[in-house]
Amino acid sequence: MRWLLAHLIGGYSRQHPLRALVAVVAIAIGVALGYAVHLINTSALAEFASAVRSVTGQADASVVGPREGFGEGVLAVVGRDPAVELASPVLEVEAALVEPERLRGRTLPVQGIDLFRAARLTPSLIGEPLVEDGEDGRFALLDDGLYLAPAVLAELGLAVGDTIGVQVGAQVERLRIAGSLPGASAGDHLASMDIGFAQWRFDRLGQLSRIDLQLTPGADPRRIAAAWPLPAGVALQTAGEASTRVSNLSRAYRVNLNVLALVALFTGAFLVYSLQSQAVAARRTQLAFLRVIGTTRGEVERLLVIEAAAFGLAGALLGILAGLGVAAAALRLLGGDLGSGFFTGVQPALVFQLGPALGFFALGVAAATVGGWMPARDAARSLPALALKAGSGLDHDASRSPAWPGLALLAAAGALLLLPPIREIPLGAYLAIALLLVAAVLLKPRVAPWLFVPLRRWLAARTLPARAAPWWLATTRLAATPRFAAIGAAGIVASFALMVAMATMVASFRASVDQWLEQVLPAQVYVRANPTTSASGLGGSTAYLTAEDRRVLAAHPQVDRVELTRSLKVSVDPARAAVSLIARPIDRADPAGVLPLTGSALAWQEGQPPPAWVSEAIVELYGASVGDEIALPIAGRAEPFLVAGVWRDYARQFGAIAIDVADYERLSGERTRTEAALWLTPDASAPQVIRELQGQLETRTAELAETGEIRAISLRIFDRSFAVTYVLELAAIVIGLVGIAATFSAQAIVRTRELGMLRHLGVTRGQILGLLAIEGLLVTALAIVIGLVTGLAVAWILIEIVNPQSFHWTMDFRLPVGLVLGLIAALLAAAAATAVVAGRRAVSGEAVLAVREDW
Amino acid sequence: MLSILGLTRRFGARAILHDLALDLGAGEYVAVVGESGAGKSTLLNLIAGLDVPDGGQIRIDGTDIAALDEDARTRLRRTRVGFVFQAFHILPHLNLAQNVELPLVLLGTPPSERTVRVRELLTAVGLGDREASLPRELSGGELQRVAVARALVHRPALVLADEPTGNLDPDTADRVLALLARAIKARGAAGVLVTHSEHAAATADRVLRLDHGRLVPA
Repeated sequence: MRWLLAHLIGGYSRQHPLRALVAVVAIAIGVALGYAVHLINTSALAEFASAVRSVTGQADASVVGPREGFGEGVLAVVGRDPAVELASPVLEVEAALVEPERLRGRTLPVQGIDLFRAARLTPSLIGEPLVEDGEDGRFALLDDGLYLAPAVLAELGLAVGDTIGVQVGAQVERLRIAGSLPGASAGDHLASMDIGFAQWRFDRLGQLSRIDLQLTPGADPRRIAAAWPLPAGVALQTAGEASTRVSNLSRAYRVNLNVLALVALFTGAFLVYSLQSQAVAARRTQLAFLRVIGTTRGEVERLLVIEAAAFGLAGALLGILAGLGVAAAALRLLGGDLGSGFFTGVQPALVFQLGPALGFFALGVAAATVGGWMPARDAARSLPALALKAGSGLDHDASRSPAWPGLALLAAAGALLLLPPIREIPLGAYLAIALLLVAAVLLKPRVAPWLFVPLRRWLAARTLPARAAPWWLATTRLAATPRFAAIGAAGIVASFALMVAMATMVASFRASVDQWLEQVLPAQVYVRANPTTSASGLGGSTAYLTAEDRRVLAAHPQVDRVELTRSLKVSVDPARAAVSLIARPIDRADPAGVLPLTGSALAWQEGQPPPAWVSEAIVELYGASVGDEIALPIAGRAEPFLVAGVWRDYARQFGAIAIDVADYERLSGERTRTEAALWLTPDASAPQVIRELQGQLETRTAELAETGEIRAISLRIFDRSFAVTYVLELAAIVIGLVGIAATFSAQAIVRTRELGMLRHLGVTRGQILGLLAIEGLLVTALAIVIGLVTGLAVAWILIEIVNPQSFHWTMDFRLPVGLVLGLIAALLAAAAATAVVAGRRAVSGEAVLAVREDW
Repeated sequence: MLSILGLTRRFGARAILHDLALDLGAGEYVAVVGESGAGKSTLLNLIAGLDVPDGGQIRIDGTDIAALDEDARTRLRRTRVGFVFQAFHILPHLNLAQNVELPLVLLGTPPSERTVRVRELLTAVGLGDREASLPRELSGGELQRVAVARALVHRPALVLADEPTGNLDPDTADRVLALLARAIKARGAAGVLVTHSEHAAATADRVLRLDHGRLVPA
């Protein structure tokens, strides 16, 4: 075996180094992309989790509530429990910066802490004050002042001793940066101050966001908390749950991106399959000779599988190294965010773990091995006598491949689609997509005759000019050798199908988002009091529209109507991300007037709980359906609402609930507003209204924007978030094209005699190139037809199953016809060109040599 | 039909063919014999326009092929020359009829005429009932008979056969050689058979030996 491996198998690779190189590089690219995306996401997540750990420190558990906070009476309840050794109250806010001017629109997450208690649990939040010479610094920490982590100071361009202005309701509170947080790690975005001053300065007197707990040894947090009379929306969360929750926030996105990144590896496996099939065909007489002299079927199969695995080993090793390089470069250049927005602003360090590296390495080896196994099995099964017989060709043993494996995989894919998601990951759907692609490739030889036989018959029945002979030759060959057609572009089937699927999914998504934006933005101008907060921000914003702001908006002569909204985050389930509660004027009789409902709404009747209209995510995540009652934590009480309808929401992946603002005011007693929609008079100019209002509002953080601007920004963000997916898809397509080039190159070598004979019979070099180009076109056309059908099926799975299960939203199917046609044209042109380039070698040699018996 | 004058072909300093001459009329069938490496195949390749001489002229039906560019030589080969190879070179993915039909397709012959001529040739070589068979279903002798049919189906002026029986057993070889000679003559073509077998050469009208780069009567 070793001798055979070294001389026969190794010798072939030495003779055709390009083939070996292409296989190795294809696997390397697949592994590199998958591993790089995994590394980037893992590093960003680790940085994120580290930030959470910095905030909660050594706490065994925390009592957490809505972003807007809960009454500090809870602290007394918790502190009385003998199982609680230490309870450290925290007020966390997202401070809306307005001064210095260059920072307007930015937010700063501030932790208000009890210095003495936090010192034991969260030392990283304890500041180090700057004490001037001659000052008494003993009580400086208890004074009014902010302490910023070095990373925050650097990012905001601030220094200890500076003062910043923060919008708090109608007021601008000016806070002095009293010192830094020496205990914060390099990437931590933290700021802290004394909790008493924080409550006073941020207008949250008597309010807490969190209570960090240290429990007596052996105490069971769950059992203890069950005895506490906590207000609605306030719950106990263990340290582990806090980390899991952070991970859960972005898990669906990360898994989807990882799966997408592995598409390149998947395509690479098909490429290895193509190359190995060709190489086996080229060596059929050698392999038959081995069988004749006593090599067993199993040994032949093992030789060829080891050959493919060797490509996998080399490719996977290169891929891991390249993946590390790509990830390091991406983290340095782009930070940790690949477009999702989950990790915006995070500058993580590369986190290397041996386990995932070995996992991706194994995946690379497995992809190549599986890709090489099928041709190896076919080679081992073929009859040596037939392969050695004169007049036998590449397809001498290509008995019609049975349809049942492909059909069985299709059936299995269908069954997998019925599976529910596992931990909100549509595992069944992903496996179904993989099976669908393999089935498409397996069924290709069965489909090929449907295309090529009628074409051959049509051409054969016509008087063709001599220059059209390549068409006759190509169609006759392809009709007779469906396996060649199948092997020829296996990689293209996979990559084109996935490209069509992704393009269709993204186009459907984009069109649905566009339509949704039109529905949810009926006014001309929108005002938002609080600047953008991070997706995972834990604190409530300090900015809201004041009564004076509301008066100014309504009094503007060109404003016809103002609709005010109060948005806040509430926790329906402490294990899940907070849900957006949107209180706005909603006509109970006609909710569809303001909400993009996905179905009919329930007619609300007197005596029923007040109505709530929930987004699709609430239905998916909490199992709420129309007619059910749902308890919403409002002002510390669990208030019952009737689910009266479901609406489509692309802005809040973790769910949103709309209620009538009158109900919210009645139940909460709160009258603040965070957003406003302005309908202008017919002759009004939106930019002018925005300019005039901008200077008049008390809330200096308020953002005013035209509807068109918001739509444009939203779609720009949408496109940016999918940019990385296009890069990954492009990589898959490039691998597919390399596959075509490699396949045709191998074919040209294998067919040297055939092409040489044709030259003897009077086929010109140009016609030979034409023949190869036509074959390239037709084989790719077949791959495109099959890839298109498969891609549309995959798109359906992505739209109807993966998106609802991962992100909890639905969308309308839309095929981007122009884009798909463009892709087809580009692919056909590229395939024909690569086939010709690869074939030039076949016609560059001496035709005389090509037909020599001992060639 | 075929006129060769002063033909010279060198490989490096060594002249394989030197001042070689040959005239062949329609219906004339000549065998060229010689040791391995004497230049038999080189001569055949030069006649077919697959190789370019260093000196001299090769005229097929009055056309000097050395004066033609490669595409023109290929087109001349397509219309005027038929080939029979030692290793048959029957395309394995085409059935017998399609293999024989191939030269006619290259000439743009209408399908109906192609069908008639293919049937005629396959019948002539004794394979009239095997039109739809695939090459792998045939014996070596049968494959070479298909090659003979393919070489003649487009009615070439010149048929070139390079060791056509090198891969066949003696009995089969005899039958193929007889068929080749008969078919060439029946169609009024000129034929050149290159072989190292004296026995095969004997089926030709005359036998020439390639000796030190020149053709001499054997």
